[in-house]
Amino acid sequence: MAQVTKLNVNGRPCTIDADADISLLSVLRDQLDLTGSKYGCGEGQCGACTVLIDGIARRSCITQVGSVGQKQIMTIEGLAQGDRLHPLQEAFLEEAAMQCAYCTSGMIMTAVSFLRANPNPSPAAVSHSMEGNICRCGTHPRIVAAVLRAAKSGNHSVKESGQ
Amino acid sequence: MTTSAKPDLQISLEPERYELAARPAYRFEVDRREFFKFLGAGMLIIGALKNADALQESGARRTGESFPQEIGAWLHLGENGVVTVYTGKVEVGQNIRTSLSQCVAEELHVSLSKIQMVMGDTQLTPFDMGTFGSRTTPTMNPQLRKVAAAARDLLIGLAAAEWQIDCKRLIAADGRVSDPESKRTLEYAALAKGRQLTQTISTENPLLPAAQWTVQGQSLPKVNGRDFVTGKHRYPCDQKLPGMLHGKILRPASFGATLASIDTHQAEQIPGVTVVRDGNFVGVAAPSAEIASRAIAAIRAEWKAEPQPSNKELFDYLKQNATKGDDPTGDGSRYDVGSVEQALASADHRLQQTYTVSYIAHAPLEPRAALAQWSGDNLSVWTGTQRPFGVRGELAEAFRVPEESVRVLMPDTGSGYGGKHTGEAAIEAARLARAAKRPVKLVWTREEEFTWAYFRPAGVIEVSGGLRSDGTIAAWEFHNYNSGSAGIKTYYDFANQRIEFHPTRSPLRQGSYRALAATANHFARESFMDELAHLVKMDPLEFRLKNLKNERLRAVFEAAAKKFGWGQTKLAGHGFGIGGGFEKAGNIATCAEVVVDQKSREVKVLRVLSAFECGAIVNPDNLRNQIEGSNIMGLGGALFEAIEFENGRILNGKFSRYRVPRFSDVPAVETVLLDRKDIPSAGAGECPMIGLAPAIGNAIFDATGVRIRSLPMIPNGLKAV
Repeated sequence: MAQVTKLNVNGRPCTIDADADISLLSVLRDQLDLTGSKYGCGEGQCGACTVLIDGIARRSCITQVGSVGQKQIMTIEGLAQGDRLHPLQEAFLEEAAMQCAYCTSGMIMTAVSFLRANPNPSPAAVSHSMEGNICRCGTHPRIVAAVLRAAKSGNHSVKESGQ
Repeated sequence: MTTSAKPDLQISLEPERYELAARPAYRFEVDRREFFKFLGAGMLIIGALKNADALQESGARRTGESFPQEIGAWLHLGENGVVTVYTGKVEVGQNIRTSLSQCVAEELHVSLSKIQMVMGDTQLTPFDMGTFGSRTTPTMNPQLRKVAAAARDLLIGLAAAEWQIDCKRLIAADGRVSDPESKRTLEYAALAKGRQLTQTISTENPLLPAAQWTVQGQSLPKVNGRDFVTGKHRYPCDQKLPGMLHGKILRPASFGATLASIDTHQAEQIPGVTVVRDGNFVGVAAPSAEIASRAIAAIRAEWKAEPQPSNKELFDYLKQNATKGDDPTGDGSRYDVGSVEQALASADHRLQQTYTVSYIAHAPLEPRAALAQWSGDNLSVWTGTQRPFGVRGELAEAFRVPEESVRVLMPDTGSGYGGKHTGEAAIEAARLARAAKRPVKLVWTREEEFTWAYFRPAGVIEVSGGLRSDGTIAAWEFHNYNSGSAGIKTYYDFANQRIEFHPTRSPLRQGSYRALAATANHFARESFMDELAHLVKMDPLEFRLKNLKNERLRAVFEAAAKKFGWGQTKLAGHGFGIGGGFEKAGNIATCAEVVVDQKSREVKVLRVLSAFECGAIVNPDNLRNQIEGSNIMGLGGALFEAIEFENGRILNGKFSRYRVPRFSDVPAVETVLLDRKDIPSAGAGECPMIGLAPAIGNAIFDATGVRIRSLPMIPNGLKAV
């Protein structure tokens, strides 16, 4: 089994030791202690594990760590710049778009990717873009409102080193 | 059957909470010196609950019984001015960490930022039966307010003594006591400095009336919200300890299966793997989750099991295995008023219908997870449960150790919905940790959560009604087989009633679920009410109001109908429906609008509006969040969620096969809040859910003339009905 020893996560090179076929989610959580990305289903159905790979939202639970190479990975932990929250993080707080919040990091990462490609979306487009993310508490309308609020606030780009 | 006369004063457990096993009551001891050693000097206020009207339900172990405990909550004010509040209640997303902080801030007159809540840690917090049944707001909120009010009075007393003046002159505000005449002030921190004061209070302290609230009644944001949007918060599945191993369990091939043979040799050869075999329990602890999975896959096991029923024959099975005509739970599950037989015989119209509800899964997004660590005979477990003390009891029983040597800690958890009352993962992790002599973390897979947790009970409900031609209901007979008795009693005014809950043998493990059987019973009752209304050609709302005296319930029906535009002209293919009721001391009325495509028969729920009243509102926006969430989560059970099973196996135990509500399913949701400042605050996590299914079903009937009497209503679309 091929071993993977390096990943770029949140703008930093990281040393890991993982079989190439294990999930990126498991490496992030267990080896790098980045537990903001969550396990929810293990089959890419719920979106709780969503991270950005080169700026695009990906399901880390069904992404083999060996497939990532030297691409830039961003997790929820890398989104805020120091103490300054990302506009989506602010918007989720302002709209109280969470209850248990277990889905929140996946929702935010999905929305970061979406807004980057669609800076001025309609409510229907936001809703459509989040279809692959499950919230069991039923905060969906608030999540849509939060994404729209972040879109209006503009400046939702994410700085990622290497890009 | 629960009485609704004094819902806040006692709790009796609904019979469908099957997962709560009977155990002896436990009384928490407080060692005050230890407390100060742990916390540092300051003031300690203990809320003591001395009699039967204690608002803490702690210790109620058997159906219908209530054992008040001595202590409900306590609060510590440190020398640094930080207020630490201790409660056995837990946070699973219902936002009580925030609303309980608000109530302390209100009475103690201290800013929210000075308050920290220690919740659900069996070593640090007073005993609590669990966070369920919408009990936190009606029970823990007033207790904490009393404790906080006592702390405030004590601080005022200390300042008065310091200044040698009458305490009546003094005002507590903003974390300090001041004397308006002399303009002197003292910070709480200064008053607490160097002291080791304890005070035990009774429950009689008067509280600020809701009309005078300034902190409660406000839409304050989630107190630790930032930790959630940054990924910083550590849920149970995120917990970690040095030297920790990862656990995995070998699951039986089907429910109730026992091991016929097992070969663990290969698994044992994998470096770092500990295999544990203890009766039918087989599990491994390994250096990583992947190795643990590999080790489990390497075990060869044969299981033997008895044949078991499938969901295809479920409703016949429930009827055939029912306990008939008695009151087996001893809680008054049968309820008789007048003579149903005579009233039915003399009615102008009669109707009889049968409704069914399927098993559904809670599917909390965070599956069961536990991290266990032994230190000699002492066990600590971090786990996501709505009953930390209950899980402590389970662990003590499983490992035959005293409860005092078990500590359960409950980090804010990725939801529960009534599905996390039990400690399976905690016991499994602890068993592996004991064998491996290292801390072990176990996180259930989604398939395990779907299979080895428990389900909301399925049920069959038979309803008969007799009507007079003016729309008055003369006779009402209602039998619920298996799904439960919560919400079974009607709030309508029927002169002759027979209502009965029939427990049954359940093919699947079943237990509590958000709103319990109130969802099923309201679905049957409110659908049947709609059918009766149509029988006498009356408007469904008018028909309800004709048979309803309860002012609070009438108020929500009227408020919902008004805001929704009940009675307005509809577009072709559109339908309106209404449903509502009373549960857990809250009143809900929900209106739904659906549109049914003429050709494809596809049903779309366009909008849902709920009017809700649960007494004085503690946090309006959080209340809205709970109502919206109840309705959206409720869409699943109403429209498409159902557990499929066959011969002891779950057939659709993953999100790709079990459909939960997604963004495209979500209608426009609106809420109307009725704030009754003259009524004590009730909980709101459950009641709002119960109006949804009948409102949608009635709307589908309105749009199409098709009456659906099963939950879920359209798992395969309206065409299949």
